[in-house]
Amino acid sequence: MKKVLTFLCSALAAATLISTPVIAQGKPLRIEITDGVIEPLPFAAPVFIAENAAAGKYAADLTKVIVSDLTGSGLFREIPNAAHISKITNFNAPVQFADWKAINVQALIAGSISVTGDKLTIKFRLFDVFAQTPLEGLQFSASVNSWRRMSHKIADAVYSRLTGEGGYFDSRVVYISEEGPKNKRQKRLALMDYDGANVRYLTDASSIVLAPRFSPNARDIIYTSYETGSPRVFLLNVDTLQRRILGDQPSMAFAPRFSPDGSKVVMSLSENGNSDIFVIDVASGRRAQLTNSPAIETAPSFSPDGSQIVFESDRGGSQQIYVMSATGGAAKRISFGSGRYGTPVWSPRGDMIAFTKLNKGQFHIGVMRTDGSREKLLSRSFLDEGPTWAPNGRVIMFFRETAGANGAPSIYSVDVTGRNLRKVNTPTFGSDPNWSGLLE
Amino acid sequence: MIMNSVIKLSTTLVCVVSLSACSGGLGGFGKKPGDVTAGGNGAITQGSLDDPTSVAYFQQTIGNRVLFAVDQSTLSPEATAVLDGQANWLNQNTQYSVTVEGHADEQGTREYNLALGARRASSAKNYLVSRGVAENRVKTLTYGKEKPLEICSTEACWSKNRRAETAINAGLGS
Repeated sequence: MKKVLTFLCSALAAATLISTPVIAQGKPLRIEITDGVIEPLPFAAPVFIAENAAAGKYAADLTKVIVSDLTGSGLFREIPNAAHISKITNFNAPVQFADWKAINVQALIAGSISVTGDKLTIKFRLFDVFAQTPLEGLQFSASVNSWRRMSHKIADAVYSRLTGEGGYFDSRVVYISEEGPKNKRQKRLALMDYDGANVRYLTDASSIVLAPRFSPNARDIIYTSYETGSPRVFLLNVDTLQRRILGDQPSMAFAPRFSPDGSKVVMSLSENGNSDIFVIDVASGRRAQLTNSPAIETAPSFSPDGSQIVFESDRGGSQQIYVMSATGGAAKRISFGSGRYGTPVWSPRGDMIAFTKLNKGQFHIGVMRTDGSREKLLSRSFLDEGPTWAPNGRVIMFFRETAGANGAPSIYSVDVTGRNLRKVNTPTFGSDPNWSGLLE
Repeated sequence: MIMNSVIKLSTTLVCVVSLSACSGGLGGFGKKPGDVTAGGNGAITQGSLDDPTSVAYFQQTIGNRVLFAVDQSTLSPEATAVLDGQANWLNQNTQYSVTVEGHADEQGTREYNLALGARRASSAKNYLVSRGVAENRVKTLTYGKEKPLEICSTEACWSKNRRAETAINAGLGS
């Protein structure tokens, strides 16, 4: 039943790429992601060569996804096909670097695809045009149904090679699809590729569902559902769609999140009006209490090494962010700016915490160091909420709800530098996004 | 003496609340007088407004809703007056149990609002219990900001959405 998607991936030997290696001149081609203004790197990705007739129908779409990934990151700018002087018609023919240099292309992506039966094979190379040298060469094979994932993998390889950061395009987002008027919202659990493609609904709209989160391998999802009449945390398998209430939840439960190793889930349990943080062992269902105060304690999130938990509490009088050991005990407040702070989420890199900030009637998504220093606000609107990190810790998704009787939520992404705010297109209203890690 | 004045005050306020609840509840699309619906899972909607033992009477005349200040779960004098009425009714109509549903306005994060709704429901429940309603007759539930009553994005609507609603269930232990 377990479905594992296997990619065959091999580096093309450098020797076969180019007959006379050229020594790179000057600085290597590299985008430095800093807080300053950056000029997107100009690249060209001519439509990949279809090596046989069956490959023809994939070539244009596949190339388009690669281009869309790279330009969507805000770090790359496509030099469109119409401007190209050279055409690439043979994957192994020498590249006419002068033709690409003339139109200021700095990075050139060339590729070819072939389809045999159900199998799609892609070869691609990334060239530093000004240094006249290949930077990367890979070959992938997978089922033709996975053509989008293969495109994302190529874009990840390019992004990674040119930024020095991990990629994030071959990933998924689980979110809440919303339909209907504001006082009669129909909510369904939905899954999509990070770019909004391949939307799949995992529940019907018969019960309110909230705030889904992936397991580390993205095969399971935990979420809050009113299926039993009151909020309970459910565990759902993405492939089988089988679901169950996770472990021992004696009272109202919400705000679940997996530990980095997937063996535990932290959540809030609310009893007699008091919400505290508990951890439930996924295998045994056993529960342990981590906070014990009359305050509202919720929205827990593990550090990537599993040793600490960041959460929100109003124990000091207003909603603020605290960090404690993953086994509970004393907590240290880290948010000290003006306003209220909630929904803290630890970056997968471990270096930052993303949060929602409420200040003077406005909502912000922001990031801060794990000690609370260097707070930076990335967005501002009537209602921005619920940040989630891209697998590489460079991009954040969140949702923005518009004001008024016709107000509705949409999913957005923004770079941690605060640049490149973009709406993620979903077929319905969307809220509560949660970004997976890079897919296996 | 103090009790008397409290009861008197509560009667006056109950009237005000019930009037506004009436106009809201009966003015709905396609509804006939006495054909009242109320929020809440498994809530019963039956009976005549003239029958003080009816669920409709509880919802419309006693008032099934109390309101809260921003980010607060403490009960205002208006709220305790309504809850006094609810407690009296429940003490007389002991065949019913209730679920108190706590709600928040949209100006908060989802999870915090769930916790806040739970606080509000519990606050109303504790008051009912303090007025003699058996604890096992009162369940609590939170909806956070998931079920707004009013949909504008101004205080006029938010003030009505920060609420605890008492829904009548079929009977004890249901």
